[in-house]
Amino acid sequence: MTIVNFTPWSALLGGALIGLAAALLLALNGRIAGISGIAGGILDPQRGDVGWRVTFVLGLVLGGFLYQWLGLGVGVGHIAAVVDTPQLVLAGLLVGVGTTVGSGCTSGHGICGLARRSPRSLVATVTFMLSATITVFVVRHVLGEQ
Amino acid sequence: MRFYSQPLAALLVGVLFGLGLCVAQMIDPAKVVNFLDIFGTWDPSLALVMGGGLAVNALATPLILKRPHPLLDNRFRLPTLTKVDPRIVIGGMIFGVGWGLAGYCPGPMLTSLSFVDADILTIVAAYLIGTFAARRFL
Repeated sequence: MTIVNFTPWSALLGGALIGLAAALLLALNGRIAGISGIAGGILDPQRGDVGWRVTFVLGLVLGGFLYQWLGLGVGVGHIAAVVDTPQLVLAGLLVGVGTTVGSGCTSGHGICGLARRSPRSLVATVTFMLSATITVFVVRHVLGEQ
Repeated sequence: MRFYSQPLAALLVGVLFGLGLCVAQMIDPAKVVNFLDIFGTWDPSLALVMGGGLAVNALATPLILKRPHPLLDNRFRLPTLTKVDPRIVIGGMIFGVGWGLAGYCPGPMLTSLSFVDADILTIVAAYLIGTFAARRFL
């Protein structure tokens, strides 16, 4: 194991902003800030429950624009995918199916669910962290790609 | 009133969430994959992203839920399921494989639409198709 590119302060600050955003969504709208659940609800629209989901996702993208516009992200123009198109398609499909079947993603289970001490979220978080770690191990060290 | 106030609040919260993901560098899939590569070139940063987010939210959540209702609605809408079932494990396993393969979970993926890049559009399209199909058929 070699430790690389450790950026503890930006990680903590970014994490705190994410936690603050999740707390605000609960305090204001009474909703869990689970990105897959919020986005999924747009694809399966229920009357009167679509507007805030759309504006939240727009907000995410606006946040990305704002970050680039403020010039905070030195070299953000270089941020690119690390895999080819077929793997991107496969990865996207798996993330969509997995978060739907498993009722949540990194934010909904890992940040909000654990904060509510939900046993389902604890099991989900441990499972996807393990599964993702094993996947990277297999891709990088067994198949020797990337 | 609620018709306007909730979407506006969600917009502002979304901006803050997206900014947080950018500051934390979770929008860089190379960094995410290095975080998951414990046995190779390990970048522990993202553990602090989750830890920081969880710490703030774990302090705030019980205080917020003590109130009778959120500011802009008449009740909290929390997940009602509490039982650990096979779906939560199977779904987590499938999601983990996808996350490990490309380094994108849903939040950073959607926030990265701001890069207006063909690769991002590809993975977001596949993610939406996967979500739609699973909601319909699984």
